[in-house]
Amino acid sequence: MSERLTISRAARLTPRLAVNVVVLFILALVPVYAMLSGDSFAMTLFTRVLILALAALSLNLIMGFGGMVSFGHAAYLGIGGYAVGILAKEGIGSGFVQWPAAIAASALYALIVGALSLRTRGVYFIMITLAFAQMVYYVAIGLDRYGGDDGLTIYKRSRFGDIVDLNNKTFFYYLCFALLLAGIYLTWRLVNSRFGLVIQGARSNERRMRAIGFPTYRYKLVCFVIAGAMCGLAGALLANHTDFISPAMMHWTRSGDLMVMAVLGGMPAMFGPLIGALTFLLLEEGLSRITDYPNLILGPMLLMVAIYVHGGIDGLIGSMRRG
Amino acid sequence: MLYFIEQFLNGIQLGMLLFLLAAGLTLIFGIMDLVNLAHGSLYMIGAYFAATFAEWTDSFVLGAILALLATAAVGMALEVIAIRRLYGRNHLDHVLGTFGLLLFFNELVRLIWGPAGLTLPLPSEMFNAVEILPGLFYPLYRLVIIAATLAVALLLYILVMRTRLGMLIRAGASNREMVGALGVNIKLLYTLVFGLGAALAGFAGLMQAPILTVQIGMGENILIAAFVVVTIGGIGSIRGAFVAALLVGLVDTVGRAFVPDLLHGFLSESASSSLGRALSSMMIYLVMALILVVRPEGLFPAASK
Repeated sequence: MSERLTISRAARLTPRLAVNVVVLFILALVPVYAMLSGDSFAMTLFTRVLILALAALSLNLIMGFGGMVSFGHAAYLGIGGYAVGILAKEGIGSGFVQWPAAIAASALYALIVGALSLRTRGVYFIMITLAFAQMVYYVAIGLDRYGGDDGLTIYKRSRFGDIVDLNNKTFFYYLCFALLLAGIYLTWRLVNSRFGLVIQGARSNERRMRAIGFPTYRYKLVCFVIAGAMCGLAGALLANHTDFISPAMMHWTRSGDLMVMAVLGGMPAMFGPLIGALTFLLLEEGLSRITDYPNLILGPMLLMVAIYVHGGIDGLIGSMRRG
Repeated sequence: MLYFIEQFLNGIQLGMLLFLLAAGLTLIFGIMDLVNLAHGSLYMIGAYFAATFAEWTDSFVLGAILALLATAAVGMALEVIAIRRLYGRNHLDHVLGTFGLLLFFNELVRLIWGPAGLTLPLPSEMFNAVEILPGLFYPLYRLVIIAATLAVALLLYILVMRTRLGMLIRAGASNREMVGALGVNIKLLYTLVFGLGAALAGFAGLMQAPILTVQIGMGENILIAAFVVVTIGGIGSIRGAFVAALLVGLVDTVGRAFVPDLLHGFLSESASSSLGRALSSMMIYLVMALILVVRPEGLFPAASK
């Protein structure tokens, strides 16, 4: 009986499933469109969407599933990016060194920040993660050798042997796409594992989870580090995408953008961050084409979403079935 | 030594300005349980209003008074139109909504006043330096800022601790539902508290306006510093905000003045200047992280939570 139920539920075409499939389908065809129409800007824009979706996905893992509201997530983007940029400047161009270094550096930073921040709760947690991100921001400004305030141009993208060429825009796009899908799959496996259930249990009632014997602090810390590592990878991708790193990629409003993407898409939906990043960046781009004052419209739209829509765009899609 | 006293006074001045912002934030945090990222926008609007009204009326004081009233009005209108609908929601909705407001206000200011900054000219006698100690000259206007902000802090203390409205504010901070159940018009109280917070932020903005350029985004960095103050002081505690504001103001100013020199003692010139710059900007966040690690609820945690 219960088996039949699961099957029928999985097989039914819900609006959510339909939207996710359509979004993935469109994203898969972007390079084809760009080739046919010669619109190379579409490639640049959508590559950015994919990379920031990966960053928002990692934020969704701790914020949506774990209830840890991090207001300093752009720091990981920056650390990942600076790992690539600094190594490139010092003559180490191999992606096999750069990318693991980006992931390791962000994971280590996440370990330190998480170990200290997870002692606090609620708004204090929001603020202490912000404080740590500000510190990294100012460290980057102080790095005179790597451009200081002005940032650093990366002249050569990460190299992965002879076959793989990140300068090929189409290849780079599909690489980002594949890494994003891998990230979504990893997150899905993670949150449905025993580990993920402990994390979600701690979000809804931490005291009870501790009372039945789970050391929630350790579980949350591991989750925090995984998210940091994932976002560090996104940072490495971003540095390769823009060929440029600067402290601006860690400004606190960038952390705000990532949070907006995750919340806008709907938490803790698996495809929420992707849909949120897509919506946010396309809105930003579209509005700036039709008006000189895009935020005059974007700002109130975010406010309306916060006020009227529970659970972001995913919540909106979910309620379509009922209404 | 004289240099130290001068920096100390600068620190007090920054601390008092931070207190004006943090007091509003912590009241709004403590009473309405609202994370307000748009608080810095009210600071910015206060400065823009002051610059505009001072030009119209040709008087700094008159302009400042008008700007103060106008900012409070904007704050109350904002509360009635938008902020009110965010109460009782989770903090993430607050961040999303008020982040949207922040974008909106920056853009609105750009639309109305243009992308270039404004300046707010001071009455000429304010430019004088006063000899406060033998050999130590200090700008009169900075002394005025310290005196004015101290006076406002005192007024705020009297308002919160000695008046009926203040009693309701304190009661609201410790138990919202009960105050409502006892028949107090809680909606009106919230609007007034938000307007008060807006007026304090606007006052900080207009006092700072003659020293800095009035420009878009001027509220953002100081907003983060004010959040640091609120967090260190303990959310909802005005006394905590006062102590933390002075601490943060002094740490920031004294750090900027002395850290590079300290490092210069054992590092090369260029290394110590760049590292010093980074380190002194980090100081307040470092202090906050240390304090939160030792006391996860700030220095003066609100009693009932």
